[in-house]
Amino acid sequence: MSDEMKDGENMSTANVTGSKALSDVAANRMKDRMPGTTPIGTGLEARNIHAWFSKHLAVEDVSLDFNAGTVTALIGPSGCGKSTFIRTINRMHEFIPGAAMAGEVLLNGEDVYARGVDVTKIRLKIGMVFQKPNPFPSMTIGENVLSGLKLAQLKVANKDDLMEDCLERAGLWSEVKDRLGAHAGGLSGGQQQRLCIARSLAVNPKVLLMDEPCSALDPGSTLRIEETIHELSKTMTIIIVTHNMQQAARVSDYTAFFLSDGGPGKLIEVGPTSEIFSRPRDQRTENYVSGRFG
Amino acid sequence: MTTYAPTKPWQPTKVDISKNVLGLLIALLVSFVVVQLTPMKGKLAYAGVLFISATAIQVGMKWISRGRMAAIDGLASSIAFTGSVIVFLPVVNILYTTISKGVKGLHWTLFTDTMEKSSYLDPIGMGGILHAIVGTMYMIIMASVISVPLSILTALYLTEIKGKAAGFIQFLVQAMSGVPSVVAGIFIYAALLLNTSFRGSGITGALPLAILMIPTVTRTAQEVLLLIPNDLREAGQALGATQWKTVITIVVPAARSGLVTAVILGVARIAGETAPLLFTIGGSDKVNWNPFNGPQSALPYYVWKGLISGTPEAVQRAWTAILVLLMIVLFFFSIARYFSRQRMK
Amino acid sequence: MSSISPSQTTVSPREIFTKPRVSDRIFRGVLNVMSFSSLAILTLIGSFLMLRGFQTFQSEGLHFITGFDWNSTVNDGVETSTFGLGSMLIGTLLISGTALVIGVPLSVLTALYLNFYAPMQIRKFMITILDLMAAFPSILYGLWGYFILMPMAEYWAKLLNKYLGWIPAFSVPQPAFTRSPFVAGLVLAIMIIPIITSVSREVFSQTPLDRIQAAYALGATKWKMIKTVVLPFGSGGVVGGAMLGLGRAMGETVAVYMVLNIAFSANLKVLYGVGGNVASMIVSRWGESTLLESKALLAAGFVLFMMTLVVNFLANFIVKRAIKSGK
Repeated sequence: MSDEMKDGENMSTANVTGSKALSDVAANRMKDRMPGTTPIGTGLEARNIHAWFSKHLAVEDVSLDFNAGTVTALIGPSGCGKSTFIRTINRMHEFIPGAAMAGEVLLNGEDVYARGVDVTKIRLKIGMVFQKPNPFPSMTIGENVLSGLKLAQLKVANKDDLMEDCLERAGLWSEVKDRLGAHAGGLSGGQQQRLCIARSLAVNPKVLLMDEPCSALDPGSTLRIEETIHELSKTMTIIIVTHNMQQAARVSDYTAFFLSDGGPGKLIEVGPTSEIFSRPRDQRTENYVSGRFG
Repeated sequence: MTTYAPTKPWQPTKVDISKNVLGLLIALLVSFVVVQLTPMKGKLAYAGVLFISATAIQVGMKWISRGRMAAIDGLASSIAFTGSVIVFLPVVNILYTTISKGVKGLHWTLFTDTMEKSSYLDPIGMGGILHAIVGTMYMIIMASVISVPLSILTALYLTEIKGKAAGFIQFLVQAMSGVPSVVAGIFIYAALLLNTSFRGSGITGALPLAILMIPTVTRTAQEVLLLIPNDLREAGQALGATQWKTVITIVVPAARSGLVTAVILGVARIAGETAPLLFTIGGSDKVNWNPFNGPQSALPYYVWKGLISGTPEAVQRAWTAILVLLMIVLFFFSIARYFSRQRMK
Repeated sequence: MSSISPSQTTVSPREIFTKPRVSDRIFRGVLNVMSFSSLAILTLIGSFLMLRGFQTFQSEGLHFITGFDWNSTVNDGVETSTFGLGSMLIGTLLISGTALVIGVPLSVLTALYLNFYAPMQIRKFMITILDLMAAFPSILYGLWGYFILMPMAEYWAKLLNKYLGWIPAFSVPQPAFTRSPFVAGLVLAIMIIPIITSVSREVFSQTPLDRIQAAYALGATKWKMIKTVVLPFGSGGVVGGAMLGLGRAMGETVAVYMVLNIAFSANLKVLYGVGGNVASMIVSRWGESTLLESKALLAAGFVLFMMTLVVNFLANFIVKRAIKSGK
């Protein structure tokens, strides 16, 4: 262990215990997973991603691999480019006027930015859940779940089964099964967010991006969503942006730490979550996860 | 180390654009051939066939490369584009027609002579519109003098005092903006000219215009005043200034260029008003410098007279006068734009 | 000891009272008075037109609204008259309705194109063009409508009649297509497009961004996004904008006067060259009217005033609600 690390340990015992506690959480989570089940393969790869807003470089040279069937948490202080980065993955970045990018995003080896790629098909394969729950208010709960099918004109054999399945996977079925015809606006914030997750699941994405999905929710709802993420990770690749390090420790297999030193956001370090929280290689990561800034 | 340049892979490439241009050229060819070979004739036929074939080619290309959803999306965007082209065409045609027809009647004495010794039926080289220009200037100045103080004070009431009646006043100002110009005209007639010894003059002509100008100026001024940050007001009052000192020395000067824009937009709104003048202006063929006595003229009134006379010379006079009127309106319009651009900076 | 227990004292907010200085009171007083100028003007308009037209309302009664005949003749110094505004009211609704049928779809398409499809430069340019359209004097629309648009519109009217004449509204009793409600409606449509477009654009731009993003993230194309998110959200605003346009169209005078053959006969055939419009009728009858008739014209002005007031009130109410719902 380096001298710097020892310095860090001496500086604040409380913080170190905080960081220890997080690494314990992460280690516990890893125990849940049966050994050897982490699938090896090419889920999603981001290669040298850069993102600009007009002339302003917001994300610089981020390369990350997301293995199929894993949960990766992106952590870092606000303004470090983590949200911008995940928005380049499903090509939501390009809606901002003046936006530009460089690099490649490979989904099963194919570049989603290649010429001739249909962007709407990409977004069907890479779903997204936003910070603020955003169900369509003019639709009922049931219609919201199936709205993706309508929007993309997909056909399914049995809509009711699909609806039940998606709501079940999002952990909402038992709460709404008697009022599928009610308007979505009547649900609580946490329920709305799970409805949004169910809505993303209906189009059967391979990857689910979650942009701080719990930041607008109370602790109880947050817990429910984390359980949902845990369930979903058995069948899909999940990338979650979060401000909350406890959450990252609880839900993720891998953690990537982003930081901006006033300039563009960069990837500082990535590794298995338990390692990031127990023995990070970079001093800045150590400072962040132990709560010294951010 | 490689450096990365910003790219926008979502934008159409040169190949895409040239495909679209090629599609459009083919559509042009198709419309030409179809109009030649079928009994359909005229611009409408060209436009219709061009639209249908261009859209069909576009949508077809999308269908082949991206599938049905993309094709429907392409169809929607072509229809939206066509809608705005249809909106755009009349403006071009109006500007073109006014300029091309109007310039034929321009001559030097037009701006120095009046209709005192000439009739509308005389050849176009005789007579002029000086009296109408003078009248329009009088209308603009008098209507502004009456309406601007009322409008700005109302706007200040709505933004600075925000009294109990603010919502109601707001509603009334909006209601006023819907008053038809002819109603403003006959109101002044009913109030001042019917059964009285007054006759139509400059001031009675300007009154209905002032009524029409108030809502425009008030609403624009209000928008501008709302943009003034509250810190400025608080800063003034924190220094111990009274509210009215704060408004006069801080708020109004800060909003100055915006308030000028508001007034100019109001002027552009009324400079071309015709209907109210028919009842209230009296109608003169010579320059009348007295705004309170004797009939007055104005450019829209002159245009109207030319139109209802109906002879080729009179109609030519109308086109020329409306060209001059349009230039005046465009002048104010551009100044207002200039000031509002300045404000944005 | 037990007389005061801290838990029993109730705290009520202290009243803050500021006595404005004299100069401020004068300032506020002046603004208060001035702000009521709009109320004064509207009241004056209503009451003067009512007062001067009262004789007509009294003698005609309900017939003034429902009657279709408008005559006044003087025989040996005795004036006999009957004033019924019915055909003009029907005509006003017919041409304003035609203007809406043509103007609203074009405005909505333009608003959608400008907000969601157009490149930045084209959007800025086109907004300037629309503002310019709104600034054109109405007599210019009349002049252009009469000399340029009408010959074209007559040709379109003939085509419509030829192919769609089996629809009652497109039939004509005689082949007279000049100065028809169709032509007037076309001119009015062009005149009200700027206002409807700008209201629609404003409401569309209030569409919550998170809903737009949700639709795109579910793989929607732009059109599908507009259909599921923007249009349901903005429909109220479009209705409000259309009603503002309707108010404008009902009160338009000189442009309609130029391109409409005003006659006191109720005509619902939009292509047939006979029509009515309260505002233009006032202008057309004014010159040769007797005192009695001019009072009837002022009464007609009162009816027009009330109609536009109601339509405008409803329109502003709807637009306000639509814009608020986005915030």
